[in-house]
Amino acid sequence: MKLWVKRMTKIGFIILTIVLLFIINGSLFIGNYEINFTEYSMFIQKLIGFDSNITIEKYEMLKSVIFDIRLPRVVAAVLIGASLAISGAAFQAMFVNPLVSPGILGVLSGASFGAALGMVLGWNWFLINISTFSFGMIAVLFALSISLIYSRAKNMIILVLGGIISSSLFSALLSIVKYSADPYDSLPAITYWLMGSLSFSTSNIVWNLTLPMMIGILILLFFSKYLNALSLGDEEAKALGVDTVKVKFIVIVVATFISALSVILAGIIGWIGLIIPHIARLLFGADNKIILPISGLLGAIFLLAVDNTSRIVFSFEIPIGIVTAIIGIPIFIIVLKNAKRGF
Amino acid sequence: MLLIDAKNISFSYHNNQVLDNIDFQLYQGDVLSLVGQNGCGKTTLLKILMGIYKSKGSVKIFSKEIQSYSHKELAKLISYVPQTHQIPFDYTVFDVVLMGRLAHIGLFSNYSLQDKEIAIKCLEKVGISHLKDSIYSKISGGERQLAFIARALVQESKIIFMDEPVTGLDYGNQLKLLKFLKELCLEGYTFVKTTHYPDHALYASNKVMMLQNGKILDVGDINTKLTKENIKKLYDVDVEIISKQNGYKYCIPTL
Repeated sequence: MKLWVKRMTKIGFIILTIVLLFIINGSLFIGNYEINFTEYSMFIQKLIGFDSNITIEKYEMLKSVIFDIRLPRVVAAVLIGASLAISGAAFQAMFVNPLVSPGILGVLSGASFGAALGMVLGWNWFLINISTFSFGMIAVLFALSISLIYSRAKNMIILVLGGIISSSLFSALLSIVKYSADPYDSLPAITYWLMGSLSFSTSNIVWNLTLPMMIGILILLFFSKYLNALSLGDEEAKALGVDTVKVKFIVIVVATFISALSVILAGIIGWIGLIIPHIARLLFGADNKIILPISGLLGAIFLLAVDNTSRIVFSFEIPIGIVTAIIGIPIFIIVLKNAKRGF
Repeated sequence: MLLIDAKNISFSYHNNQVLDNIDFQLYQGDVLSLVGQNGCGKTTLLKILMGIYKSKGSVKIFSKEIQSYSHKELAKLISYVPQTHQIPFDYTVFDVVLMGRLAHIGLFSNYSLQDKEIAIKCLEKVGISHLKDSIYSKISGGERQLAFIARALVQESKIIFMDEPVTGLDYGNQLKLLKFLKELCLEGYTFVKTTHYPDHALYASNKVMMLQNGKILDVGDINTKLTKENIKKLYDVDVEIISKQNGYKYCIPTL
């Protein structure tokens, strides 16, 4: 690698990490309960063990606002943004197809059906997680098997079509669940949740899912070097010494797993998994060892920034899935213009 | 030394018999050319010998059954130079060449400085170190072929399989590539390549295997087996094989 490219990558990592920390800090500061800056800095001083003039009541108050209300939401946004972007990048490399993402492949629809089903049937939290992941997995396998019927065409669009069919199927199944749901209680809950909203990310759920999602992200990062080989095609990857069946299986399971958990946290948040990897590649080339972590950082930054902006601009809670779609679509059109080749 | 010993290889694809009872031997230092019409099973045979496709019959590599090797172990024994193709991602040439080290690193490790040095050395060896940072999909077909060869060298396996290595190259680059193969052969590499050009087989290889409709038409020493009679049977064209005083042979069509 050219020295400046290498430096750019390093500097890029550092800048994005700083931006993410800055936004996380800002997100803890912004909200309905107004905190002024002196209070915030005094609170931080006290928190890390220095003396400060803050009263005990105020300190406890701030602690509760920041740690119990805002932090879970911020962590959720970071985890969801990173998970969706990294799974998107992994799917794109593995299927040698820059047009796929957890949303396009039907994972999000399948997972939301699984979750809604569990909610309506009154399953416990653990079972709902299992059903969310399982139906996410079924949806992506269904999309894949549709594309395999026509695999000899080797056309990228076929996999996208398979995903669209799978998504529609699970959206239809979801409608059945909604139709049978209690219109005064569970129906509005399911509907709002599926629009994609971080307000459902309560501290309990977030802290339970943080570790599994981080492990999933870490696994995908370790597999990023194999994704490079897979993106040249299966046969070449095998010749390079990659156990393609095993690697593909693990990547599909893990990427689906973390995408499905993001649905549990905040419903369907589309477009991140599709556009963020493209932006990462425009900035840093194609090497997945770099693109996966960069996508993670960019995804987290993007979702947090969108959430903060919509919280500042609108006085009421607007589902973030709607906002990411409205912002994501024009970005995707621009990115697609630069992505050109192959489809 | 016998490197690859395959017996009774048969392979069908969608009820279509692609290969029928093929025996294949590869010895240390061989440059074996696989020739035959389009669709006669040349590429399929390569992929079976690399463990990419599973077939009927037995394939032994270094006298061990191919199934007993992991993909990683096989990649250290045989590397593959595929036909050049488009990749929808903008990898640099260096990224692509470095992938040849994948078989040498573990799940939790990354390419070491040494891996990168090997990659740079091999780029220099094939003469494209100036293209290191170029985007792979934007360089010419010949340069891409060289990048794949560099990747095969980086893999550090002594057997290299090539699928129509000169396809898409201009006349000069075709010959340069063949000359380069001969040089590598002197360094102890063993080659199997598919080719459509009897001339190239005559120039660069010592052995030939002729495939027709998935069966072996003839196999053996290039000088005794690549005759005008065999070429007539294989391609249904009349040719003349001309020997020059320097020992080289040429195949000239007499249309």
